[in-house]
Amino acid sequence: MDMRTPPSLLPLELARVVFAVGGRRIIDGISLRLDAGPRTIIVGPNGAGKSVLLRLCHGLLLPTSGTIRWTSPEPPGGPRRQAMVFQRPVLLRRTAVANVAYALAITGVPRAQRMPRALDALRRVGLEHLAKHPARVLSGGEQQRLALARAWALSPEVLFLDEPTASLDPGATHEIENAIGAMHASGTKIVMVTHNLGQARRLGDEILFMHQGHLAERASADRFFREPASREAAQFLEGELPW
Amino acid sequence: MLDDPRVNSLSEATVQAAQLVAGGDPKLVQIVLLSLRVSLTAVLLACLIGLPFGAAIAVSRFAGRRSVIVVLNALMGLPPVVVGLVVYLLLSRAGPLGSFGLLFTPTAMVMAQTILIVPIVAALSRQVVEDAWQEYREQLKSLGESRLGSVATLLWDLRFSLVTIVLAGFGRAAAEVGAVIIVGGNIDGVTRVMTTAIALETSKGDLPLALGLGMILLTIVLALNAAAFIVKETAQQRYG
Amino acid sequence: MVVDRRTLAISLVALIALNTVSAQAQERFITVASTTSTEQSGLFGHLLPRFEQKTGIKVHVVAVGTGQALDLARRGDADVVFVHARSAEEKFLAEGHGVKRYPVMYNDFVLLGPKSDPAKIGGGKDILQAFKNLEAARAPFVSRGDKSGTHLAELDLWKAAGIDIDAMKGPWYRDTGQGMGPALNTASSMNAYILTDRGTWLSFKNRGDLTILVEGDKRLFNQYGVMLVNPDKHPSVKKELGQMFVDWVISPEGQQAIVDYKINGEQLFFPDAGQAGA
Repeated sequence: MDMRTPPSLLPLELARVVFAVGGRRIIDGISLRLDAGPRTIIVGPNGAGKSVLLRLCHGLLLPTSGTIRWTSPEPPGGPRRQAMVFQRPVLLRRTAVANVAYALAITGVPRAQRMPRALDALRRVGLEHLAKHPARVLSGGEQQRLALARAWALSPEVLFLDEPTASLDPGATHEIENAIGAMHASGTKIVMVTHNLGQARRLGDEILFMHQGHLAERASADRFFREPASREAAQFLEGELPW
Repeated sequence: MLDDPRVNSLSEATVQAAQLVAGGDPKLVQIVLLSLRVSLTAVLLACLIGLPFGAAIAVSRFAGRRSVIVVLNALMGLPPVVVGLVVYLLLSRAGPLGSFGLLFTPTAMVMAQTILIVPIVAALSRQVVEDAWQEYREQLKSLGESRLGSVATLLWDLRFSLVTIVLAGFGRAAAEVGAVIIVGGNIDGVTRVMTTAIALETSKGDLPLALGLGMILLTIVLALNAAAFIVKETAQQRYG
Repeated sequence: MVVDRRTLAISLVALIALNTVSAQAQERFITVASTTSTEQSGLFGHLLPRFEQKTGIKVHVVAVGTGQALDLARRGDADVVFVHARSAEEKFLAEGHGVKRYPVMYNDFVLLGPKSDPAKIGGGKDILQAFKNLEAARAPFVSRGDKSGTHLAELDLWKAAGIDIDAMKGPWYRDTGQGMGPALNTASSMNAYILTDRGTWLSFKNRGDLTILVEGDKRLFNQYGVMLVNPDKHPSVKKELGQMFVDWVISPEGQQAIVDYKINGEQLFFPDAGQAGA
């Protein structure tokens, strides 16, 4: 039996990407390359364009100019190999397990396999006891874990996250961070936007610092927090950290 | 006060209504069943057409979209008598669809009422789905859902809001007389429904009977709405 | 109770069943175009069951104004026409839409008015004189204004009285464009004079202050005719069944049924089939 793994999506190449709305350049010429492996965290002040950059990479927005290229892109209409988790989880008015099964159905998983795989995903985030609960009556933390389970069930190569714990309490935040770590351990590339610098330190391998639509600095997490190279990054860290 | 004909009519009407219902007059039963059959069938067809249509417009972007929405909203105000006239001309033996022999049948009435309600269902569902689309759009696209799949998913997810729209459509159908009287002919025992029966009794001058029938009609519609509301509320509580 | 797919499926099946069961009534029937005043007199409720019992044919009566009834037939949407407007019926025949006109029966018009009778026409036997008095007194008068048989009869009377009503009408003359019942409602609430057929008046319940002031003048007689719609022009016409109805209505049996129809012991319609010149 030939178990050929599909060619990898990564690396992702952005070349001189611009995103403008009504004449205003929200992303002002970004070129970068995302490789498999390190957990990439995007930080920066408000309005820097972090969320927009994430959406451009994931394909929810199209660039005004420039190119965004995956190494071997997904065929249109084919199974999704990337997923995204938003700040507020968007769940359907169905049970928790049905929400995950729904995602599997879209991606073409045969009916017989959907339930077992969905339950398995719930187990990985510790939600299997809530499988038959209506998703929308779960707590904020549980809903976000469910959103993660839904993404995980797809076995994505890349997981984009847009401030996933911004609305959660520390306990729920901790659980989400554990789940993200576990997903990474099982081979998923993590690309995450966060305002929480402590979280960035805990989870990040490399940091992308954005400022006014530019990629102002890129460094390993270690070095970025110890010795930011750019002036904007230094100011940003100073303003944020409670010295 | 008791000499005031207005008061008399109302109290007489209530007595009439009670007597009719208690007596289980077979003619009344037949008229009520026909009314329900025509309007419920029309609502069903209108939903099959209007819900997907409205939802599709909500999630699509195309040239002239705004004009379509404006026209759709305007069609909610289609005068029933105009619809009746147009359908009559279509179904008349002298008209293009005359060979089907559908004029003066309940089927013609269903057709006319469906045409009346489709714009209501489509325009209102478009609004409901479009409002929700802001919330769902990115997540559904992220999961790789097609536009067609999004329409189906949204219609089911928004089912509680859509129940109200369906009830609005039914209310409009059950209440109108202008369309069904022209295409149905108000034939005794064949195409006479509650509203046309009320119109007939009014024109005969039997106002208490007309009012009594009106009360029965209102009670039925009220009961249906109450039932739908209870079902919706219990389910909504459960699913959040 | 949950709004789930199962409940919806069951409701759907029930609705479809309700529709198909009713559709199975594939009976023999004809469509007769007649007038609102005839239906509201209750004559059909009395006559048609007898016809159905004898022949097994159901009669679907579409009751509209005379003009509309004839127009309906012109479009081939009725098998038989049963109205009371001779000149309009003759025109219908001349256009080739009808096979033959048979006189059936007549009823009469009466002139109603408030008991106070400001125009002082009560008890008179001359309808034309009454109309002259009404115009002179500019008494409130309600007209149907809808080209119905009653309306056309009213217009003929103004003409016969030598009054150009289009020129002479003022606020006292209310052209309502309504059927007989609604027009009577209007007259009752306004305490106005109005011309109506006796049948509608006998069954009318909202009389208010109105009463019969003038009746019996031969010029108030209202002749009914029945015609089979021409199957050569309109192939969809059920000519055998329709002819059976026409034949029955002018037969001694049908004519007797017409005599037997009474309201409060009073006969409304007087059969005259086979009478020349009717």
